[in-house]
Amino acid sequence: MFTSVRTTQNALRNKKISVRDVVSHFLTKINEKNKDLNVFLTLNEDESYELAKKYDGLLKENPDQIFEKYPLLGCIVSFKDLFLTKGLRTTAGSKVLDSFIPPYSAKVVDKIKKAGAIIIGKTNCDAWAHGASGENSDFGPTLNPWNKAYVPGGSSSGSAVSVAAGFNHVSFGTDTGGSIRQPANFCGIYGLKPTYGSVSRYGVIAMASSLDTVGHFGNNISDIENVFKISSGVDLCDATLKDEDKKQKDNITVGIPKQYFEKGVDQVVSDKVHEAIKIFEKNNYKFKEVNLPNTKHAISVYYIIQPAEVCSNLGRYDGIRFGNPRNSFGAEAKRRIILGNFVLSSGYYDAYYKKATQVRTLIINELDKAFDEVDLLIAPVSPSQPFKLGEKVNDPLKMYLSDVLTVPANIAGIPGLSVPFGIHNGLSLGFQLMGPRFSEKLIFKMARDFESFTNYKFEPPKF
Amino acid sequence: MNKYIPVIGLEVHIELSTVSKMFCSCSALHFAKEPNTQVCPTCLGLPGAMPYPNKIAIKDVLKFGLATNSKVNKFSKFDRKHYMYPDLPKSYQISQYDLPFCINGKISLKSGKTINLRRIHLEEDTAKLQHYEDETGQYSLIDFNRSGVALCEMVTEPDFENVDDVIEFLKEIQLIVRYLGISQADMEKGSMRLEANLSLRPEKDSILPDYKIELKNINSFRFLEKALNYEIQRQADLLNKGVKVAQETRGFDQLKNTTFSQRIKEEAQDYRYFPEPDIPPFRFEDKFIFVIKSEIGEMPQEKRVRFANDYKIPQNYIEVLLSDKKRSEYFDKLAELDKKYSIGLNTIANLMVNKNLDQEYPEPELFIKKLLEITKKDYSTTDENTNAVYEVLHEFPKAVSDYNSGKGAVIGFLVGMVQKKLGGKGNPKVITDMLILNLKSPK
Repeated sequence: MFTSVRTTQNALRNKKISVRDVVSHFLTKINEKNKDLNVFLTLNEDESYELAKKYDGLLKENPDQIFEKYPLLGCIVSFKDLFLTKGLRTTAGSKVLDSFIPPYSAKVVDKIKKAGAIIIGKTNCDAWAHGASGENSDFGPTLNPWNKAYVPGGSSSGSAVSVAAGFNHVSFGTDTGGSIRQPANFCGIYGLKPTYGSVSRYGVIAMASSLDTVGHFGNNISDIENVFKISSGVDLCDATLKDEDKKQKDNITVGIPKQYFEKGVDQVVSDKVHEAIKIFEKNNYKFKEVNLPNTKHAISVYYIIQPAEVCSNLGRYDGIRFGNPRNSFGAEAKRRIILGNFVLSSGYYDAYYKKATQVRTLIINELDKAFDEVDLLIAPVSPSQPFKLGEKVNDPLKMYLSDVLTVPANIAGIPGLSVPFGIHNGLSLGFQLMGPRFSEKLIFKMARDFESFTNYKFEPPKF
Repeated sequence: MNKYIPVIGLEVHIELSTVSKMFCSCSALHFAKEPNTQVCPTCLGLPGAMPYPNKIAIKDVLKFGLATNSKVNKFSKFDRKHYMYPDLPKSYQISQYDLPFCINGKISLKSGKTINLRRIHLEEDTAKLQHYEDETGQYSLIDFNRSGVALCEMVTEPDFENVDDVIEFLKEIQLIVRYLGISQADMEKGSMRLEANLSLRPEKDSILPDYKIELKNINSFRFLEKALNYEIQRQADLLNKGVKVAQETRGFDQLKNTTFSQRIKEEAQDYRYFPEPDIPPFRFEDKFIFVIKSEIGEMPQEKRVRFANDYKIPQNYIEVLLSDKKRSEYFDKLAELDKKYSIGLNTIANLMVNKNLDQEYPEPELFIKKLLEITKKDYSTTDENTNAVYEVLHEFPKAVSDYNSGKGAVIGFLVGMVQKKLGGKGNPKVITDMLILNLKSPK
């Protein structure tokens, strides 16, 4: 009844439950289990119950049309603590903002709320979204609900776990180099990184502005799709937004980029993707190998452009008007600030930043060319299954390499969807689908087909 | 004593008078407003806030560029310029680096000399720091009302060699900006701000000097003139003594009429520019540029030429009338009306320039009416005058040839004859001018 937005809405329609019951179900679970996993940094209990009361009233008054006006009524969501929520503490996972109460809300927060969703709380994440394990949070790591000795992935660690642990239906995160797709993969759920310029970033604490995207986690494809319909679209606050929609088609040809299956990718990970390919092939999907030789440069490009933008975006946190002084920054943020300033310095700009933007163009062109031949791409998400807490925390370079298969989509601004598929050694596996810019609908169709080919039903972890 | 030639370049900041700020919808009219009442997340640089560019401001800058014969960069973008200062809430200013909206403009001075404009770009203004002192000590407050207001920066080549040219150029730029209606360009209110770079080179040496002094924070043409003259003398004295002039920024002391050192520049600051990722780059189509060009009205220089050719009024009158676009347009209307009344444009211009009669009569028609009352004369019309003059010149060929052979006094006789035909209703000044014009023109 509480698993997906659809089942919850059906139960509300049939008056089996009230919105208050929905809120109460999730809050009870959170209050009971959050301490085991460290998912939520701030809860929004009072407002959740208030809104539940309001919507229950509206449901009584006008049960037929209420879902047209509030398409996400009954949907319980959380936001990564990078999204500004008016009056509700927003920390970015950093001590710098540990008592920051935003005076305004992100556009996407307003949109989701206006559609009837109830925001239940703010989730833990790597500080400033810097990380691939959740361990960089100044508020302690979030644990993987499949096995608490393992990381849930990052940086949207709390958001991914909130959905996997059944703390809410949907959770919003950000994906700058894989921060939605990788934790979705590590937690056995869906994670959408939409096209750059499809969902407003206004009011979301910026990490690297030319790479940041706003997406969400869900445990089924229909929730992912319905929420995207609400979250996407232009506003007059984010100038990079566009309203575009790529044409739908029936016979999808899918590319298998061979560089995504090469050394460094664990056998169990690539085998699982090939298993998925076989299922698709059995159901008349066509596959074709594609060559993307510049993929190997994506991570180098990323670790130049990203810190450059990070150091620029973090400059405002000087502790003068809000937040704590600069010595509250953690080691990873400091590392990126120093790296970013270095690559932008006169004398080094041409060799690093400028060169990186040139290679970025090559990667974009190469992907555009591939999409002349195939409609979508299928690939692994993370080169390995979840790693243990503490395993990579002292080796930043090793941690950076966790992003190697997710970063190219950010470099090129294309959409990617992490799809859960199977369990191995008690930890999740899956694959990602990528497509040309604004091809989300095509990606959703392929993922929906996969759900029906495999009779997929979300099986929550026991923790 | 060596003789030196000043080498002067200018940087002019012009605050655009757009309704809203450059990257948000806050009101841009910040002068004398209660501090921090016109602010939002974007211009406060709050976490998560993003810039949304003001298209009117961009059009204004393109207009300014086209009106100063600049080339529009058809591919252009914004960049982030990084430096830390309390009046800059994001720790970077959104500005333009290598691809400003306009480049390579030109302005001609009356002497015929051309001043080259290196670039015109658009950026955001900073907040305003207010410094106070009381029994608790010194402190500073920040007013963000100005933060994010559209600011246009124009940079010239170091083409000026004397102070008069600098002042003439700046007054012309101020006039152009006001004619375009893109800014009040009011120096007292800070909507036009001047910076000059000045150094001296020996007269016989055309190589640029290896130092420059920046003169900053000067808020009137008069003070700039004084500062430049003082600085030229100061540098010449130093150079004559064999002292190397230190590279520095200097301000102007209005009480002592001297310049003083504000900041020694050790090394060029590294602004770590990179393209603003939150604003996609711009591609301007030829058609778009053409439309903007067609929206530019008559510029001061064109008006100057037209007034001289069509109205034949003295140059000093023209300059006074031109200096206020509305006044010059008022004069255009008077000139049109005067075709009927023939009061004479010199008389009218004189009453405007010396008596400010136009201030009392917002409507040109009432101005003319008042004028006719003052002179208590119901003057003959231009057509009547033309006919009478024509007839008299044909009826008195002797007087005409006398005049042409140098007997200027005969003009009085001719005026009398014309007045006789007009029954004394002619304006003597107008008739005299008309006679002189016709007496000379056949040759």
